[in-house]
Amino acid sequence: MPDVHTLVNEFLNQLKKRKIEGSQATAKQAAELLRSVISQQRLPQTHQATALISAVRAVGEKLIAANPVELAVGNIVRRVLHIIREEDLSLATAAIDGLELSAVSDDEDDVERDDYPVLSAAAVAAAARSTLRPPSLQTLLEDTPISAAIPHTSSSGGDSEGKSRSVDKSSRGRKLKHDVIEAVNELIQDISTCYEQIAEQAVEHIHQNEVILTLGSSKTVLEFLCAAKEKKRSFKVFVAEGAPRYQGHLLAKELAARGLQTTVITDSAVFAMISRVNMVIVGAHAVMANGGVIAPVGLNMVALAAQRHAVPFVVLAGSHKLCPLYPHNPEVLLNELRSPSELLDFGEFSDCMDSASGGSLHVVNPTFDYVPPKLVSLFITDTGGHNPSYMYRLIADYYSADDLVVKRRPATTS
Amino acid sequence: MKDQSNSSKQQKPKLTKAERRELQEAQRAAKAAAKGEGNKASATATSANARPAKAVKPAQKSDNASVAATEKKGGDFPHEKDRKKDVPQPRLQYDDKSRVEKAKRRSVVKQTEARNRVELFRHLPQYEHGSQLPDLEAKFFDLYPMHPAVYKVGLQYISGDISGGNDRCIAMLQAFQEAIKDYKVPPEKSLGRDLTAKIGSYVSFLIECRPLSISMGNAIRFLKSQIAKLPLTLSESEAKTSLQADIERFISEKIVLANKVIVKHAVTKIRDGDVLLTYGSSLAVEMILLHAHELGKQFRVVIVDSRPKLRGQQLLRRLVEKGLNCTYTHINGVSYIMHEVSRVFLGAESILSNGTVYSRVGTASVAMVAHAARVPVIVCCEAYKFHERVQLDSICSNELGDPEVISNVPGRMDVNHLNGWADIENLQLLNLIYDAMPSDYVSMIVTDYGMVPPTSVPVIVREYGREQVWI
Repeated sequence: MPDVHTLVNEFLNQLKKRKIEGSQATAKQAAELLRSVISQQRLPQTHQATALISAVRAVGEKLIAANPVELAVGNIVRRVLHIIREEDLSLATAAIDGLELSAVSDDEDDVERDDYPVLSAAAVAAAARSTLRPPSLQTLLEDTPISAAIPHTSSSGGDSEGKSRSVDKSSRGRKLKHDVIEAVNELIQDISTCYEQIAEQAVEHIHQNEVILTLGSSKTVLEFLCAAKEKKRSFKVFVAEGAPRYQGHLLAKELAARGLQTTVITDSAVFAMISRVNMVIVGAHAVMANGGVIAPVGLNMVALAAQRHAVPFVVLAGSHKLCPLYPHNPEVLLNELRSPSELLDFGEFSDCMDSASGGSLHVVNPTFDYVPPKLVSLFITDTGGHNPSYMYRLIADYYSADDLVVKRRPATTS
Repeated sequence: MKDQSNSSKQQKPKLTKAERRELQEAQRAAKAAAKGEGNKASATATSANARPAKAVKPAQKSDNASVAATEKKGGDFPHEKDRKKDVPQPRLQYDDKSRVEKAKRRSVVKQTEARNRVELFRHLPQYEHGSQLPDLEAKFFDLYPMHPAVYKVGLQYISGDISGGNDRCIAMLQAFQEAIKDYKVPPEKSLGRDLTAKIGSYVSFLIECRPLSISMGNAIRFLKSQIAKLPLTLSESEAKTSLQADIERFISEKIVLANKVIVKHAVTKIRDGDVLLTYGSSLAVEMILLHAHELGKQFRVVIVDSRPKLRGQQLLRRLVEKGLNCTYTHINGVSYIMHEVSRVFLGAESILSNGTVYSRVGTASVAMVAHAARVPVIVCCEAYKFHERVQLDSICSNELGDPEVISNVPGRMDVNHLNGWADIENLQLLNLIYDAMPSDYVSMIVTDYGMVPPTSVPVIVREYGREQVWI
């Protein structure tokens, strides 16, 4: 489909050139793109789920490779894959339950490829589950789907029953797509409304006359603090400016406009001020499976200072930020180095850059920081508050174990 | 110790209450007389006579004791009362309205208080920057009691041309040298008291230009004690020359030579293949790095810098020109770079008696991250910057800088969200200058007395304090 291809390529370009900012926007766009891919994917009669999965995998692999540090993209790809599997499973169980309620329609026979003799309920269930069976020696050795084996196990029955089975399968196919797209729509809805659900919990954590510290800018934090303000809690906020992007200035202006007492401090003053702070509230770029946080640069320093002064360090994260991967060497592998011109003026230092004069000059401008789970006191997500040690359990809700590595398996045929 | 006290107790005659009261009065009178005279010998003689019990130790000490002319701290082994006077005077707290009013009336420099002050820092002065200079320039010829050299230094402080503990201290002392050279004793006044009063007025002026740093406070105490120690027999010109020579000696021994000794000690801690991290720009650390490079050691330097002053860029330029391999980053990136670093060298503004290192804001964060990464932190500080004050956090005593520099980011025109911040109510900008680093982050302090742990600082202040530090 040319439409889908152009859409995908557009998105890939934007990711590669880092034109999209923020995990929420990225996640939303990725979800919408995958929805288009699914809706325009033509499905075979059998193993629709497998076909969908491999189609999504193909696109997802490219998306993740375009910007590996933007973990939200990979999260959404895996979420969609999980949705497909879940919907397929729920449809299969529903089919087993609704064996008696099938409608017969003759024209469906033409589309049918395989000859399905009468199948017993158990065989149907086995066939249904086979589409979602985790990789085992049996599936790997079998080239053709298990349906080839089913005729042997079939018991005798009328043709009408066979037709009804086929009807089930094809209507199941249409239903699968439909359900998946509905679920993806729900996912997009969740991503858009994650702020409200997190902000609802603000009033439980912020009380009168508190002093809150934050660094840089995050929309989640902004909504969180404003929600507490709406509930007539009066508190003060210290905002560290968050060099070299200085987004703290923006946040401070917003907060002051909404009526909160705000003070802007430099990042170097965080240790000095934190002894008078009651709570540190920050947003995250991504939350890893061990409870560690990939956060804007400077937050590890803030977390250490908070630990030293026994100040709770609270991280706000929507569920689209939860990544099922474990961080290995995150400072290097999950980081991006930006242009040195944000730190040094090229014009002033061009003579120093010339290594003929003697020493070499090297500028380091990382974008992200890794905060280990032991420094985080609480995660507040749209599903409530959690300890860092609990985050790995949430992964089972949103992701399947098969999807951790999004690479097309060579054995699978589409 | 115990034998001594026992034997001394037996020696002491049994006094009744009235007799003891009389003895106390006699001592107090003797002390007052000693102060008036400005004569060290008589004071120690009378006090030695009055207290035969504590003969052994105090006798040695009293010879070294400086007379408490300007000091409220006793020279002898402290009595209960005197020990109370050892407590440093509390500084002017700016939320105390009556005292601030008094200070304002006496002040030379007219300053307007800043708007949008941060509540937490009401005890510190904050004035609108730029409001002092035009007023001072207009008053230049009216300020006849002010010496032009001192005036010049004051202006340099306000404009920020001179900043950094050592530079400010040296500039101030040299200005005082000039002032002393031109000083003439008015008739019927004693040199000691009048000169002390004059220096006091110069110091108040400088405080109004910019609050004193701790090292400057120590230098002023040294100067005043030298004035008080001047024997009465000297003529005016001899006294002036002696004072000028004292100041010269202070600068050369306590600052210049001290830095050389620090470099000699610290260079032994640099090995080949090291990656050294430093924060901001400190004279002692720069000298260490350059010296180590001259000795041929192979190492890399990481310079961590922060807003608003960005002093690290100047250090970076100087080091790269001399041929060192440097890496530059900003303070938020210190966690990223710390896993490559083997040693951290930091400078200090002052080290307080509880081991707290008082230095440029951000130093504490760097030391904290180094501590978390198990990297040794070495602080390099001359001994004249030690002080007997104690401080637990950075809020109780600090300096507030110009808030405008936070909203204006030089070289980044796109960051202009905070233009006109003063009109936005609810919004304040805070520009802290210093912060206090707890002593457990410091592995070692290199001073001109050697390499010591942070727990030795009050020992140095006391044992080598005042008498020998200020020689």
